[in-house]
Amino acid sequence: MPLLEMKGICKRFPGVVALNEVDLSSDTGEVVALVGENGAGKSTLMKILGGVYQPDGGEILVDGEPREIQNVEDAMRLGIAFIHQELNVVDNLDVAGNIFLGREPRTKPFHLIDQKKIHDDAKPFLARLGLDIPSDTRLDELSVAYQQMVEIAKALSLNARLIIMDEPTSSLTLAETNRLLSLIKELSSQGVSIIYISHRLAEIDEIANRAVVLRDGENAGEVARKEISHDRLVNLMVGRSISQFYVEPKESSKAGYFQARNLRSSRYPDCSVSFDASQGEILGFAGLVGAGRSEIMKALAGLDRTSQAKVCINDEDIEIRSAKDAINRGIYLVPEDRRSEGLVTEMSVRENMTLPDLPRYARGGLIQFGREREVANAQVETLKVKTPHIEALVRNLSGGNQQKVVLGKWLAMQPKVLILDEPTRGIDVGSKAEIYQLMRTLAEKGSVILMISSDMEEVLHISDRVAVMHEGRITGVLDRAHCTETNIMQLAVGQSVEVAKPACSE
Amino acid sequence: MKKELGIFILLIALCVVTAILNPRFLSPTNLTNMANIIGMFGIFSIGLGLVIITGGIDLSVGSMFALAGVLLSIALREWGLPWPIAALFVIIVPMALGAIHGTLVTQMRIQPFIVTLCGLLLYRGLARFIADDNTKGFGNAEGFETLRSLASGKFLGLPMPFVLLVVIAGIMWLVLHRSVYGRYLFAVGRNEEATRFSGINTKLVIASSYVLAGLLTGIAGILLSFYTNSISPSTHGNFYELYAIAAAVLGGCSLRGGEGSIIGIIIGTALLQILQNLVNLLGIPSSLNFAVMGAVVLLGVLADSYLGNRSLKN
Repeated sequence: MPLLEMKGICKRFPGVVALNEVDLSSDTGEVVALVGENGAGKSTLMKILGGVYQPDGGEILVDGEPREIQNVEDAMRLGIAFIHQELNVVDNLDVAGNIFLGREPRTKPFHLIDQKKIHDDAKPFLARLGLDIPSDTRLDELSVAYQQMVEIAKALSLNARLIIMDEPTSSLTLAETNRLLSLIKELSSQGVSIIYISHRLAEIDEIANRAVVLRDGENAGEVARKEISHDRLVNLMVGRSISQFYVEPKESSKAGYFQARNLRSSRYPDCSVSFDASQGEILGFAGLVGAGRSEIMKALAGLDRTSQAKVCINDEDIEIRSAKDAINRGIYLVPEDRRSEGLVTEMSVRENMTLPDLPRYARGGLIQFGREREVANAQVETLKVKTPHIEALVRNLSGGNQQKVVLGKWLAMQPKVLILDEPTRGIDVGSKAEIYQLMRTLAEKGSVILMISSDMEEVLHISDRVAVMHEGRITGVLDRAHCTETNIMQLAVGQSVEVAKPACSE
Repeated sequence: MKKELGIFILLIALCVVTAILNPRFLSPTNLTNMANIIGMFGIFSIGLGLVIITGGIDLSVGSMFALAGVLLSIALREWGLPWPIAALFVIIVPMALGAIHGTLVTQMRIQPFIVTLCGLLLYRGLARFIADDNTKGFGNAEGFETLRSLASGKFLGLPMPFVLLVVIAGIMWLVLHRSVYGRYLFAVGRNEEATRFSGINTKLVIASSYVLAGLLTGIAGILLSFYTNSISPSTHGNFYELYAIAAAVLGGCSLRGGEGSIIGIIIGTALLQILQNLVNLLGIPSSLNFAVMGAVVLLGVLADSYLGNRSLKN
């Protein structure tokens, strides 16, 4: 008898059917990977299991008995724990305090926290996970990976039999990821079931006993351990084989058009980065999280206060001391975190689009709303931004459309060098294709596109060349012909690859 | 706009009720006096409103009034400076202090609350020390009658502070709601990081709002000095920053920054002052003055968040 069975789960939100007759089951100790594109319904299904949402139809069986999960407490009582992508830790409390938050052991007469017992109680759970940290370490002194393990320890202390993990490795380093994966194997051998949501097919390949694929709120198929392969999963997720995004550049591009020399970031002050890019080229930047890619690009865009950048565009030397310098020279950055760095979400589409170049729409310091509206409307039209009107708050748009607004900000200003940091993170497939198209069009018009991406597929399919970074340095640049997943991973972990070229001519 | 309309209706209702309960509310003397006070309070409330829109706060306004008043009296009567220079001096001092606040907030990254709380204590102490804790005044204003009539006289039958408020509000409305700089003020208040990423010097924008607040505080400080005509350094301007904060919040400014309007701030100021007037006219013990104000601000904000939540759900 399976530990968990979800049968025919349906969930409707105003205007959308999020889940339609979805089934999912898990045996004791089984690791089930739940995969699908953004918006396929993975999170909704898991939120129903975790008691956050109520289903509109279907039933949930635990140990073969039908159960109603009205709220998070119900889920906990059934032994279901949910570890969210955004961790739920209190970072000014220590490890033991987090594990037993709300369930602290008390001392006798005054009901104070029993400090000795709470730490004694925490130890077995830490030991079970092989964690070698003292239980009185404050959470803000721990890395994200450890904080995550504390959450797992907390789940175990609640007698969790099934742990849901939502993209647990998205902000971990490679070593931390490997550690988490082996921990999951260990938990599974202890009889704890795991439902593992991830976009990283390699991880799924390594740990999952079975992969369940959702597409557009329905079961798209199931793949047993032996049959898990990249192509098979992608086919099920997309419902078609992925068309080659890559488009050959039309004309031969002008080599050495853009040269960046000795860029430094505050994160790796001892490493300097230099690279060349051709006009009309899409240069991908691959590497593991924490390789220093975003930091270098921020330095290039004048946003790293501790450093200044020297670059050369079309034989003209430029010094960048501030964001203003970069912007005046046509070097724009589309940052990784749209909501906090790319957009003022509480402002309208129009106000966001014109923000970097506002003086251009003003006469005598006063904004001319007519011209502003004209440009905003034009950008909304060319980028096909889905918004009721240009006065709508950006907050209310979907991720893909928000990203288009960020792009619109800069496209109105004729970029020479456009830096895109994770341009399609959290964006649905349709908008992704549009954004890729846009990047190519821009490149053809003569811009240099620098694209940081942690999505291997994106790096392989979009870039004309790929620069790979490892711990603050570029370890090599791969030509189109040599862009393979293996080569990129080799360089990303700091090993050398024979076919890789240096990043710049000097 | 909706926010302003709601509080405007409240203002009108309050006026009608007061007028019915005590017709003296509509007497020319009372109305002139109200216009005078609303003028003064409105001017510096606008300044504080700008700071609040950037996500900051200025607690030092009241103490700046004491300092400005003491300095104005000394400059005119003891140093014998010509009145235009004395007036300029008394406007420049708060602007300079505002610039220091702005620098501490943006360069040293100290919280605005702390910076201006220290200002509140510092300038009050300084004013009392400079004045030797003696009350300062302007006597018969010999030699600076023009300044006095500019500050407390009348123009077309309206008290000067009110006329000045109308002019300043008009200019500040253009600055806040129509200019590039105004858009930047809102943008840094809502998301400083994204604004910086758009190539805007956010530190300069934030710091300048404190300077602008200083300018308006200086102007209001001169008006206030001639209105009271005597400056007792330990009490002059006490709590006035709180009136301005209350007015701005009532008028739709959010202390989180990024929200507010000139119209709202002025209506908020008027509402608070008329409320006090009502307390007097209706014979409610004036000891309850603050309590009434506190209750009304609380009710206003509660109503606003209730209505706001409802409109979000719909």
